[in-house]
Amino acid sequence: MMIDLPIRSIAKKLRSKEMSSVELIEECYERIEKVEPSIHAFITLVDKKDALSRAKAVDSRISSTGSPLAGIPYVMKDAYLTRDVRTTAASKILDTFIPPYSATVHQRLHDAGAILIGKTNMDSWGHGASTENTDYGPTKNPWDTNRSAGGSGGGPAAAVSSRFCSFGIGEDTGGSIRNPAAWNNITAMKVTYGRVSRYGAIAYASSLDTMGPTAKTAADCALVLETIAGHDPYDATSSTRAVEPYSKEMTQSIKGRKIAFPTEFYGEALDSEIREAIREAREVFVSLGAIVEDVSLPLLEYGVPVYYILAPSETSSNLSRYDGIRYGGSRALFTRESKRRIMTGTYALSSGYYEAYYKKAQKVRTVFIQEYQKLLSSYDAILSPVTPMMPTEFGELLDDPMKNMMADLYTGIVNIVGTPSLSLPCGFGKGNLPIGMQLIGSMFSEGSLFTLGHAYQSKTDWHTHLPSIVKS
Amino acid sequence: MIIKSLSISRALHFRYNDPMKGSLTTSDIHHISKLANLPVTDEQIKELTEQVGITVQYVSKLQTLSTKGVVETSQVTGQENVFRKDEIDPSRIFTQEEALSNAKRTHDGFFVVDQVLEEK
Repeated sequence: MMIDLPIRSIAKKLRSKEMSSVELIEECYERIEKVEPSIHAFITLVDKKDALSRAKAVDSRISSTGSPLAGIPYVMKDAYLTRDVRTTAASKILDTFIPPYSATVHQRLHDAGAILIGKTNMDSWGHGASTENTDYGPTKNPWDTNRSAGGSGGGPAAAVSSRFCSFGIGEDTGGSIRNPAAWNNITAMKVTYGRVSRYGAIAYASSLDTMGPTAKTAADCALVLETIAGHDPYDATSSTRAVEPYSKEMTQSIKGRKIAFPTEFYGEALDSEIREAIREAREVFVSLGAIVEDVSLPLLEYGVPVYYILAPSETSSNLSRYDGIRYGGSRALFTRESKRRIMTGTYALSSGYYEAYYKKAQKVRTVFIQEYQKLLSSYDAILSPVTPMMPTEFGELLDDPMKNMMADLYTGIVNIVGTPSLSLPCGFGKGNLPIGMQLIGSMFSEGSLFTLGHAYQSKTDWHTHLPSIVKS
Repeated sequence: MIIKSLSISRALHFRYNDPMKGSLTTSDIHHISKLANLPVTDEQIKELTEQVGITVQYVSKLQTLSTKGVVETSQVTGQENVFRKDEIDPSRIFTQEEALSNAKRTHDGFFVVDQVLEEK
């Protein structure tokens, strides 16, 4: 199918009129009609007629100098405001909310000619690692529909994995783009904090929230990031630093590049199949000329405690704006998980506890930043697992708050430090369940991570495997 | 941001636990739910007492790490004092209709809110 091709190839064919965006959109909706009932990736599917009429318009003005994303179908996690398209954050509180403006990321993709085909499922407000804490029914993993698609952005990941679209836009506060990418056998970039505008994205935890792409490959993610990254006057935390031509530079050799392998990351807490798969990936990097060295990064066990103070505190503050007056419904509608996080955060910020929790966590955050900076000053990337466990069965994380927190073990730290991380498929475990790994770099090293990821994907074919539900 | 207790008398009734311990009581949860303006049922109070308690206990692990002399990080951009011109951007102004379009209760072009002051 056309949608299986890399974005670059599709763009070429659209320009040479070998195929049209209309045909591409038709193909996506056909597949959605067939597969979506077993997956439930969408909360709101854009009306096919509307998507087609936009595709027709794009087809008529497609040019060789325009954006390679022109005419390309994509989905957004339902955490982005999309003017005139319902936006819920997967919460009944926003069940009928129609945004009067668009997030910068959506606006930039729209201006590039990309075609939004739907708003996808998530743990409501980003609270979760399994897309079970949604008010719209969980998203099923295309690789095993009895299992979770990960979270919080299970919807966009399942949509890309099922090839409903070419790419998805996620939001990563503690792993919400990377964890579902790992569990769905797709690629995702969690960007440096401030690399992509947060304007119009529904806030979870403001000092940790990042906006980024998820797609089939590192090359596709790079093309999308080139379009959405860059300074935005509407977000004061967005960086004024120029955006690098990631896709041009990513074809370089990785010979001599240095990768750190923190031995503490591969201990008892990690599933043995994931450990084995990443050890094999390490050998692939070595075969490509990279230098991989064992290092020590002993702070790992403090990452989850810092994350579970900062994120709930900031979310309790952010969500206090939902008073049901200007928009939205009653606060009674928050899910159990959101209530847990709001209560934990309120407690951590309350008089008498602030110093012991929030302020303490902010200090440990500084320690983390220093440790990572030190390590990343002598290495191009850290090779890390994405999740400590394989895709969970439904209910597994819901019923166990500790296990639920542990799902963020390897991902939350990266948001605390603020650096980018590329999540890549690196194998399969029992039952043909996907395994992912992440490459964590220093601030604004997205380009270097794409190069490492692209080299890995040029040598391996894990990312080309499709779930059987799509093949049949 | 420090959320102040609702009132001094309530603060006196609120049994402050030792943060090092982190276990919570149902009355703590009642109090926090008021601070958070979060309606919770009796059943949820029970569940939250246990689950928030577990979380708080777990995150208290941080107390074992020395951070003497460490300055806290509140943001990682390295940017300071980001200003913009104090100008109106007409492209970002909602019409009254747009501003009210998602409100559940409106009246004569205004948002309707619950009464907060009582008549004498």
